[in-house]
Amino acid sequence: MSKDSLFAKKNMKLLSDPLDDNNPITVQVLGICSALAITVQLKPAVVMALSVLVVLSVANVIVSLMRNMIPSRIRIIVFLVVIAALVILVDQVLKAFVYDVSKELSVFVGLIITNCIICGRLEAFAMANPPGKAFLDGLGNSFGYGIILIIVAFFRELLGAGTLYGYPVLEKLGVYDLGYENNGMMILPPMALVTVGVLIWWQRARNEKLIENN
Amino acid sequence: MQELANIFIKSIFIDNMVFAYFLGMCSYLAISKTVKTSVGMGAAVIFVLGITIPFNYLLEHYILKEGALVWISNDFIDVDLSFLSFIMFIAVIASIVQLVEMVIEKFSPALYSSLGIFLPLIAVNCAILGGSLFMQERGYSSIIEATVFGLGSGVGWFLAIVGIAAIREKIRYSNVPPALRGLGITYIITGLMGIAFMSFMGIKL
Repeated sequence: MSKDSLFAKKNMKLLSDPLDDNNPITVQVLGICSALAITVQLKPAVVMALSVLVVLSVANVIVSLMRNMIPSRIRIIVFLVVIAALVILVDQVLKAFVYDVSKELSVFVGLIITNCIICGRLEAFAMANPPGKAFLDGLGNSFGYGIILIIVAFFRELLGAGTLYGYPVLEKLGVYDLGYENNGMMILPPMALVTVGVLIWWQRARNEKLIENN
Repeated sequence: MQELANIFIKSIFIDNMVFAYFLGMCSYLAISKTVKTSVGMGAAVIFVLGITIPFNYLLEHYILKEGALVWISNDFIDVDLSFLSFIMFIAVIASIVQLVEMVIEKFSPALYSSLGIFLPLIAVNCAILGGSLFMQERGYSSIIEATVFGLGSGVGWFLAIVGIAAIREKIRYSNVPPALRGLGITYIITGLMGIAFMSFMGIKL
């Protein structure tokens, strides 16, 4: 495939679709576990989004290169081996450079292996498309995933702890002097679900073709 | 004995896979449309967790942990293979799931027809791998404790999925705002169930 056809309009849709119409979290229902668990603060969410970006786009390319050689009966195991090898790399890099964040993410780095976004995209896209397109699909889907992660983490950190990326925004703005209190509920697990639920509500209210029947 | 009961209760209610750690959410949301299928899926999860966690416990203690290889020879006392644990755990899970599927198909076609379709889905269910990773992180002291933890987590997941499926069956008769139908309202209900489960948090075991 030549260079310019890779960036043709049709291929750009691969990048832009997952951001809204075909978002992995709110529409395809993939990769939810990690999206909910590590969104208490922005920093781990950003690190997680970047890790998924690396793993998903590289795994997409590798599987797409091997797509004609993988027997379909054992494809899941092949996927898992490719993903697990990449995740081990990411995990070691995180431990070496951002140890505190890696501790905070605890088992969730390992759980990128079973993050269904990756398996889902490998199965649905990389097995049927050439490497260039698969790479764009990987990028697009991890951006879509990252955006949701960052939006949820933004609200949870701001309302729950009054900080953004560790910086005490509300305190600097003097909101506490007006009698505002942090909403401790936002930090607890259930509010992550409600936040994502409201996000889905807002997205579907804007984009009516996504509405489900029951 | 009391210790085991504590681990069991704790892994069902206090450290519930779904409500406290969001593990296995993808299949939890996708398969909870009717109670019948969710019972099948839940049973498959209990089953697989109960088998894979003791297996991975053995793997962790005789191969992966630092100094675990001394049973072969004292030369290996400094060997630490724990960076391999992700790939080993997932390989064990994927192959056990495949094996279990074949065994059930051979010996119990009835069970296979009710459980079988869920088994391939389970290899990529994060609750299973998550269970093994939590087992590793918390360092249970014996294989029996690890097994009890696995079964308890499975039962917790089962309770969660059957609960949400029952609510979703009922909610079909309610007038939910259109944009919230389906996925959105399921999230919010799960959040409410999570708040209910949080009341167990104060229990010290």
